[in-house]
Amino acid sequence: MNPDDTIHWLIGRLGVSSLPILPAIENPTASELVGAGAASVAIFGAIGAVIFITWLGAWKTLWFDWLTSTDHKRIGIMYIVLALVMLARGVIEGVVMRTQQAFGLDGGFLAPDHFGELFTTHGTIMIFFVAMPLIAGIANYVMPLQIGARDMSFPVMNQISLGLTATGAALIMISLVIAQFSTGSWAAYPPYTGLDFQPGPGPDYWIWTIILAGIGTTMSGINFAVTIYKERAPGMTLFRMPLFTWTMLCTSIIMIFALPPLTVAALMQAADRYLDFHFFTNDLGGNMMNYVNLFWLFGHPEVYLLVIPAYGVFSETIATFSGKRLFGYNSLVFATMAIAVLSFSVWLHHFFTMGQSANVNIAFGIASMCIAVPTGVKIYDWMATMYRGRIRMSVPMIYAIGFFYLFTVGGLTGVMLANPTISYQVHNTLFLVAHFHNVIIPGVVFGLMSGYFYWFPKAFGFRLHEGWGRAIALFWIFGFSFTFFPLYVLGFMGMPRRSVSYTNPAFEPWMMVALFGAGLIFAALVSLFIQLRVSIRDRENLAVPVGDPWNGRTLEWSTSSPPPHYNFAVPPTVEDRDDFADAKAKGRAYQEPDAYEDIEVPENTPIGMIICVFGTLLGFALVFYIWWLALVSAVVIVVAIIARTFNLSTTRTIPAAEVAEEHRAWLAQVRATKAVTREAETKSTNHGLAGLETAPSDGEPA
Amino acid sequence: MKHPILHPGMNLGPHHGQAHYDAERVTFGFWVFLMSDLIIFGLMFATYVTMANPTGLAGGPGPKDAYDLTNVYAQTMVLLVSSVTFGMASLAMRFERGSGPITLWLCITLALGLGFLTLELLDFSNMVEAGAVPSRSGFWSSFWGLVPLHGLHVFVGCLWISIMMIQMRIFGLAPVIKTRILRLGLFWHFLDLIWIGIFTIVYLGALSS
Ligand code: HEM
Ligand SMILES: [Cu+2]
Repeated sequence: MNPDDTIHWLIGRLGVSSLPILPAIENPTASELVGAGAASVAIFGAIGAVIFITWLGAWKTLWFDWLTSTDHKRIGIMYIVLALVMLARGVIEGVVMRTQQAFGLDGGFLAPDHFGELFTTHGTIMIFFVAMPLIAGIANYVMPLQIGARDMSFPVMNQISLGLTATGAALIMISLVIAQFSTGSWAAYPPYTGLDFQPGPGPDYWIWTIILAGIGTTMSGINFAVTIYKERAPGMTLFRMPLFTWTMLCTSIIMIFALPPLTVAALMQAADRYLDFHFFTNDLGGNMMNYVNLFWLFGHPEVYLLVIPAYGVFSETIATFSGKRLFGYNSLVFATMAIAVLSFSVWLHHFFTMGQSANVNIAFGIASMCIAVPTGVKIYDWMATMYRGRIRMSVPMIYAIGFFYLFTVGGLTGVMLANPTISYQVHNTLFLVAHFHNVIIPGVVFGLMSGYFYWFPKAFGFRLHEGWGRAIALFWIFGFSFTFFPLYVLGFMGMPRRSVSYTNPAFEPWMMVALFGAGLIFAALVSLFIQLRVSIRDRENLAVPVGDPWNGRTLEWSTSSPPPHYNFAVPPTVEDRDDFADAKAKGRAYQEPDAYEDIEVPENTPIGMIICVFGTLLGFALVFYIWWLALVSAVVIVVAIIARTFNLSTTRTIPAAEVAEEHRAWLAQVRATKAVTREAETKSTNHGLAGLETAPSDGEPA
Repeated sequence: MKHPILHPGMNLGPHHGQAHYDAERVTFGFWVFLMSDLIIFGLMFATYVTMANPTGLAGGPGPKDAYDLTNVYAQTMVLLVSSVTFGMASLAMRFERGSGPITLWLCITLALGLGFLTLELLDFSNMVEAGAVPSRSGFWSSFWGLVPLHGLHVFVGCLWISIMMIQMRIFGLAPVIKTRILRLGLFWHFLDLIWIGIFTIVYLGALSS
C-alpha cells in the first residue's frame, strides 16, 4: 500500500477540508463565518462542559449516579437535559433563518447551501432531538409514578434507548464541526438526497442519525406500552389511569407501529447510497414515490406522537389548576385513541400534488378532516373542566389558555390544508410552514414546557421561579404569534418555503414582523435558562420536599420530592380515578403501612453508554467510509450485548429496614409541615403539603 | 381454569413457579417487538409488490429467469421442519424433561437453520450469476431488501440458539434461561411465518406473472 492508500484506509473520506474553520479563513464571507462560529460554539461548549464538570468534581457522580443508572427517573432527567441543549441549537437556527429571510430581498448573508443545511438540521433536531426526547423524558419520569410502578418493565433497555437517542444527537452535533449536513430537508426526499445529487457525507449523516435514534425510539415505545399494561399498582384499572398515562399508551403504540416505516425508508436510502441499490433512484426502475409514501407513513403518525402527550399534560394541569376532576374522562380517552388510530390513515395529505387521482386525494382529504372531530371534543372537555373550577392562573394555565386559542387556529388551517383544492394552491409555501409551527409550538412545545414546569418540583424537590415562568410562557405565546402569523400571509402571497432569498419587495415588511417574533422566542429560550439558574439559587425558598406543591390529584404527588429510588415504600392500592385527591379527601393519604418489604431494584450498568459511544463511532465511520472503525464498533456493540446476557444478577435489594427508616422520616416531615391553601401555592410557605379545601375560602392565612 | 394462561403462545405453566410468572412481562414485551418487526417485513413486501412490473424490472432479468423453485421448495421444507423441532424443544421444557432433550432438539433446530442458510446462499449465488443483482433494477433491489433480511433474521436466530445452549450449560435451567428460550421460540416461529409470506408472494407469485 502506498502512503495515500494507507491514509485513505485509515480516515476514509475525512480530510482537512471537512473542517468549516478552514474555508472560513480562506474565504471569510458572512455565510462561512456563521458556519465557523457555530462550529466553535459546539467545540467550546463541549470543552466548557468538561471543564465545568471537572471544576464541580462531578465525574464520579456523573458516571455512577447518572450515566450508568437504570432508574427511570434519572433516565428521564437525562432525556430532558439533552432536549434542552438541542432546543437551544434548534431555536438559534430558526432565528438565524428568520434573520436571513428578513434581509433576504435580493440576497441576504447566507449562501443557499448553508440555508439548506440550516432548515434541514433545524427540522431534524426539533422533531427528533427536542420534541421526542422531551416526551420520552417526561414520560419516563412521570408515567411509572402515575401508575404506582417501581420502574419501567425493561430498565436496561430504557437506558439503551437513551443511549441511542444521544447517539443521534451526537452525530448531528458532530456535523456542525466536521463536513456538512444534508441540504435535503428533514424529510430527505430522494433522488435529491441520492448519490447523484449529493455525493458528500451530508445525507449519510441524516441517514445514520435517523436510523440509530429511530431504533431507540421504537424500543422506548415497547417499554412504555409494556410498562403501562403490566406494571400498574393494585386497583389501577385501565379506566382509572391518569390521562397523561393514557396518552402515553397511545403514543407508544404509535412509536411501535410508525417508527418502522422511517427505519425502512432510511435503510433503503442507505442501500441506494452505499450498495448501489435502486429503490429510489431516477434510473433502473427506482421509484421515489415509494419513499414519499414510506416517509409519511411514519411522518403523519409522528405529528400525533408528538402532540398526544401534550394533550395528556394539559389534561393533568387543567384539572389540577382548576381544582376539579377532569370533565369527560371517558370521552378524552376515546378521543385520544381515535386520533391515534386515524393518524395512520391520512399520510397522503402530505403530497396531494404528487400525482394521485382526484378520488384518492378526496378520500384522504376527508379522513384528514375527520381528525378535527375528536380533537374538538378534547378542547371542549378541557374548557368544561375549567368551567366553575377554582382556577389559579399560574404558569401551566397560561400555557393552556395560549394553547386553546392558538392551537385552534392551527387546527383550522390544518382543515384548510386537508382540502386538496386548497392544498394545490398553498402547498410548499410559507402557509404550510406557518400551519405546522402553529400546531407544533402551541400544541407540543407549550404542552411540554408546561409539563416541565409542573413536574420539575417533583423531580428536584423545589419549584421553578414563578415570575420567570410566566415571562417565558408569555414570550412563547407572543413570540409564536408574531413569528408565524405573518407567514400565513406570505404563503397566500405565494412565497415558497425553503427560499433563501426573494425578489418581491412586498414580502419584506412581513418578514420584519416575523423577525421581531423570532426575537421574542429567543427571549423565551434565554429566560428558560435564567429561570433554571435563579431557581437553583433560590432553591431553599422554593423547596417542596413533602412532594405535593400543586394540590395534585394523581399518584405521582403522593410520594416525596424527589421520590426515593423505589418510588413508593409500599405499592399504593388504588381506589379511585384521581386516587390521591380521593385519598387526601378521605384521610387515606400519608399513612404508615402495616409492614415494609425488601425492594429489588435494577443494578447500574454501563451497557447504554457503551452502545452510545460505539454507536456514535459506528455512525461516524459509516458517514466517512472508515470501514475498519465501523466494523470494530459494530463488533463491540454486539459483543457487549451478548456479554450482558451472561450476567444474571442484575438487581440489588434494598432492605425493608432502610425503606422503613426513609419512609418514616418523610412521614415525620409531613406531620411537621404546615399545609398551604391553593392561593398560597406560589409563596415560599409552600413546602409541598396541600391543605384540604372544602369551602371556597376558609380564611387560612396565605 | 386450572392453569392461568398469562400470555399468548405456549405458557410454561404454574408448576414452573417463578419462571412462569416472570415470563408474563418479558413474553408480552417480545410479542410487541415482533409486531413492530412485522411492520418492517410488511413494508418490504409492499415495496416488492410495487416493483414487480416492467418499469421496476427496467429491462433486466425477470423473476422467472432467476428463481429456482426446487431449491426454494427445499428451503421451505427445511425451515418448516425446524419449527417442528423447536416446538419439541419447547414441549421438553414445558414438561420438564431436563436440559438433555431440550439441548438435543435445539441442536437439530440449529442444524436445520444452518442448512436453510446454506441452501439460501446457494440460491443467491445462482441468482447473481443470472444477473439478478440489486444494482440491476428496482425490482431486484426490492428482492434483495426482503429475502436476505429474512435470512439475516434466521442467522440471528441461529446465533441466539447457540448462545442459549452455552447458557444452559453454565446456568442450568434457571428461570431467565427458560423465559429466554420461550422468546427464542416465538422468534423462530415468527420467521417461519414470514417465510410462508415470502414463498407465496415472492416465489409462487412469480409463477403467475
Ligand atoms: C422556536 C422558534 C422556531 C423558529 C423561529 C422556527 C423557524 C423555522 C424556519 C425559518 C423554518 C424554515 C421554513 C422554510 O421552509 O422556509 C423552519 C422549518 C421547520 N421547523 Fe421550525 N422554527 C421554530 C420552532 C420549531 C419547532 C419547535 C419545531 C418542532 C418541534 C420546528 C420544526 C420545523 C420543521 C420540521 C421544519 C421543516 C424543515 C424542513 O423544511 O425540512 N420548528 N422553522
Ligand atoms: Cu399529516
